[in-house]
Amino acid sequence: MSGSLGRAAAALLRWGRGAGGGLRGPGVRASSSGGSGSSEHLDALVKKNRVVVFLKGTPEQPQCGFSNAVVQILRLHGVRDYAAYNVLDDPQLRQGIKDYSNWPTIPQVYLNGEFVGGCDILLQMHQNGDLVEELKKLGIRSALLDEKKDQDSK
Amino acid sequence: MELSAEYLREKLQRDLEAEHVEVEDTTPNRCASSFRVLVVSAKFEGKPLLQRHRLVNTCLAEELLHIHAFEQKTLTPEQWTREQQK
Repeated sequence: MSGSLGRAAAALLRWGRGAGGGLRGPGVRASSSGGSGSSEHLDALVKKNRVVVFLKGTPEQPQCGFSNAVVQILRLHGVRDYAAYNVLDDPQLRQGIKDYSNWPTIPQVYLNGEFVGGCDILLQMHQNGDLVEELKKLGIRSALLDEKKDQDSK
Repeated sequence: MELSAEYLREKLQRDLEAEHVEVEDTTPNRCASSFRVLVVSAKFEGKPLLQRHRLVNTCLAEELLHIHAFEQKTLTPEQWTREQQK
């Protein structure tokens, strides 16, 4: 990965003033120094793919029940082509993404570059059918639709 | 900071003018670091889920710094009535 050296360096430079606390007054928005937690970097990150998630752990091995729930919901809908970032690998990213979305918890889900919510919201969107619609807007056909059709034709 | 289900319940009820609040400490050993809340408030009317959750997050911004896991359900009084009839 070409960016990892730069990211490590940035993390070193910023060591000691990131992470801890998390309380941030107006105007001290996660800096613009270009580290993995900077809003510019995150902005590019969430817009790079149609579906982007920030997890504790990986889709293969989620490290937390809520992250796992997000992975399972996407799997149910047959969404395979999504970008997942493990915040446990990167403290700057972990705090940065919370500041970016002004949302206090991980996991976080982004559709078409827009923050959608965390686990609770994705779950409710799954339950009330909104997720199928939102995916459709992105040109992704939910696998649940096909399953339903199979059942109907039986 | 002393966090308790009762403290969170009172704060949500007061700040969000909620007509009904349930707070459950979901920490396995009840050490008050993870919670599940249900908030029923007229303030949620006409607001999408994300905005509702943001209201709750804002209300508990300080407390959430010390909470490890937080689940929330946000209903309008009308939705709550329907939910109870199920």
